[in-house]
Amino acid sequence: MKRILLTSLYLFLGTSVYAQGQQSFGGQLHGNFQLDGQWYLRDEGIDPSGEFYPDERFLGQGYANFIYNQGDFSGGLRYENYQNVMLGFPEGYRGEGITYRFLRFKQDNLDITVGNFYEQFGSGMIFRSYEERGLGYDNAMDGVRIKANPVKGLYIKGILGRQRFYFEKSPGLVRGIDAEYNLTEFLPRLDSAGYRWNIGGSYLSKYQRSNDPFLILPENVAAAGVRTQITKGAWAFQAEYAFKANDPGADNGYIYKNGNGIIANLSYSKNGLGIIAGFKRIDNMSFRSDRNGSTIDMLVNYLSPTTQVHTYALPALYQYATQINGEEGGQVEANYKFKRKTKIGGKYGTLLTANYSVAQSIDKDFVDDSNDTLKVLQGYYSDPMRRGQIPYFHDFNVKITKKLNKNFKFNLSYLNLFYNRSVLEDGLGDEAILNNPDNQKLLGADIFIFESLIKLKSKHYLRTETQLLTTKDDRGSMAMMLAEYSIAPHWFFSIQDIYNYGNPVIDQRLHYPLASVIYTEGTSRFQISYGRQQRGIFCVGGVCRVVPPSNGVSFSLTSSF
Amino acid sequence: MKKLTLLLALTFTTAILNAQELPSTMLKTLEGKKVDIKDVISSDGPTVISFWATWCKPCIKELTAFMDYAIDLEEELGVKVLAVSIDDSRNSARVAPLVQGQGWEYTVLLDENQDLKRNLGIVNVPFTLVLNNKGEIVWKHSGYSPGDEETLAEVVEEVAAGKSPSH
Repeated sequence: MKRILLTSLYLFLGTSVYAQGQQSFGGQLHGNFQLDGQWYLRDEGIDPSGEFYPDERFLGQGYANFIYNQGDFSGGLRYENYQNVMLGFPEGYRGEGITYRFLRFKQDNLDITVGNFYEQFGSGMIFRSYEERGLGYDNAMDGVRIKANPVKGLYIKGILGRQRFYFEKSPGLVRGIDAEYNLTEFLPRLDSAGYRWNIGGSYLSKYQRSNDPFLILPENVAAAGVRTQITKGAWAFQAEYAFKANDPGADNGYIYKNGNGIIANLSYSKNGLGIIAGFKRIDNMSFRSDRNGSTIDMLVNYLSPTTQVHTYALPALYQYATQINGEEGGQVEANYKFKRKTKIGGKYGTLLTANYSVAQSIDKDFVDDSNDTLKVLQGYYSDPMRRGQIPYFHDFNVKITKKLNKNFKFNLSYLNLFYNRSVLEDGLGDEAILNNPDNQKLLGADIFIFESLIKLKSKHYLRTETQLLTTKDDRGSMAMMLAEYSIAPHWFFSIQDIYNYGNPVIDQRLHYPLASVIYTEGTSRFQISYGRQQRGIFCVGGVCRVVPPSNGVSFSLTSSF
Repeated sequence: MKKLTLLLALTFTTAILNAQELPSTMLKTLEGKKVDIKDVISSDGPTVISFWATWCKPCIKELTAFMDYAIDLEEELGVKVLAVSIDDSRNSARVAPLVQGQGWEYTVLLDENQDLKRNLGIVNVPFTLVLNNKGEIVWKHSGYSPGDEETLAEVVEEVAAGKSPSH
């Protein structure tokens, strides 16, 4: 650990001194570095039995990325270390090593990468490899990628490889091809009429050997997708449809049903008004390069949520996670800016945002005829025209943002949330819930948020948040206060407290205070915090992990060059 | 491990303090057209590149706060401001409505596969770069706290005047 710390310190100092970038051997080196650590304190209030208190007392992890570019050539690597992995991150991250390295050559219309790469086809419904470090998510490919642009307006990608599984690789192979064509190139009349029209299609197949004693499992599983995007003036339309062949696995209970999914969005943006309406339906679209995989491991595809992401602390306690076995839902979001010098707009203009999103189960007619094995192996039948019976989530919210004068800005939000805890926290399947609908754990909450920003003098700002979450369910009502003082461009001080005053268990009516100091110097940032963290679920883009309660002193150092 | 440390140390100590350019990377416009970032930056004056995402609250605060300065900087000094969204392709549909609703007048580009973000070694958004008229990166900043937009405006003015940034 000491050596790591010394190295990090050296890197930090090094990067601060040479923060304007590195030119070596005629090319350019870019990179970044992050180190996180926490010293955990025993806290009987949040963790009476000590089950979450780590044996190590101190846990730390970090990584550094290096990418070198010279003309048509680039190469890079990432070193990661977990000594040991911090609470809440997947346990599979244990140890240290070089987890990512690649070489890439790009010339004319050809772009070849060998080693690790991140790529996606369309919105990712059949293939997306990406990393989300805060989540501990990384399904980087290790193999070959070829991108080509053979004729104007046509883009082709081919990929072949295996996915990362912590410090190992997934047992399955992934290979696929994607093509996107800009129709405007082919039909100049479209262009002159103001249309932009793209179409795309992709095909992907995974291979995993099977030696199941009872089931004949498909070793090659194919998936395909088609998509389109049309824009004209203020209007934009996007749609994508994906199909996946039968793929029995741990997620779907080893059924042989095919999967499919559709997403579509229509938006209008002009003169201070932006509206988007989206629709999504997915049925049995779990797709992993290991059929026995679970949680966030070895996912081949990405099914993004149609719900809004909240960054305020209290609504973020109840975030939606995409249900890969099946869900349907939609979202309508509107943003409007009342112009300056109007009655509502005032001197600076007023922003109004409203959002409604909803997600529920798809219709499922479960096969219970145990005499017909072939039928049973289909699992269920689903009628896309019928609504599913189980509500998963809804979120209605409005927000007004207003600048009153040069030194004062505020915003007010109201949210109404519905959150099915049986589905989103406990991961119960539709069949279990339909068999016993009265046992569902549901949560309904109203949330009010007031945020203000006061400019005290040049480069000195005070920001406050007051949040109130009222509910009779789960942990009950909570209130939160936050104050941040920033002195640009270096210093930032923050103090906050969440008070769970409505907890049905009187002993659990706790305070969760947290204080932080951040120092920023260019692209380097050092943060130290002390306080309590309540249990929760942390999500990025509909992918979530559980965060255990903790108390302690944590620090974080990031730098990029 | 020892070798790696040594290699890293060498790389850092031998690196020459010199101007850095943008690596050629394809991005998408809101109309779905592919463009190379190197072809979008300004050669007449400074370019500001701000990386953001629809789900990133500090990013939206920064771009909103900087808008007041950007109008003047664009008019008076020919500064070009690019707001590069790192939203994935599903969320990127939300970019145009959000930009309109916020009343931003920036040139907005999409980095859906986060290629540019990765090529520049960026950890998190918001992340801001300032380029001079030769396309060299002369200033970088990660994160946002209120007041940073004042520093950014000062930096841009200095770069436009041909000076090196004082912050």
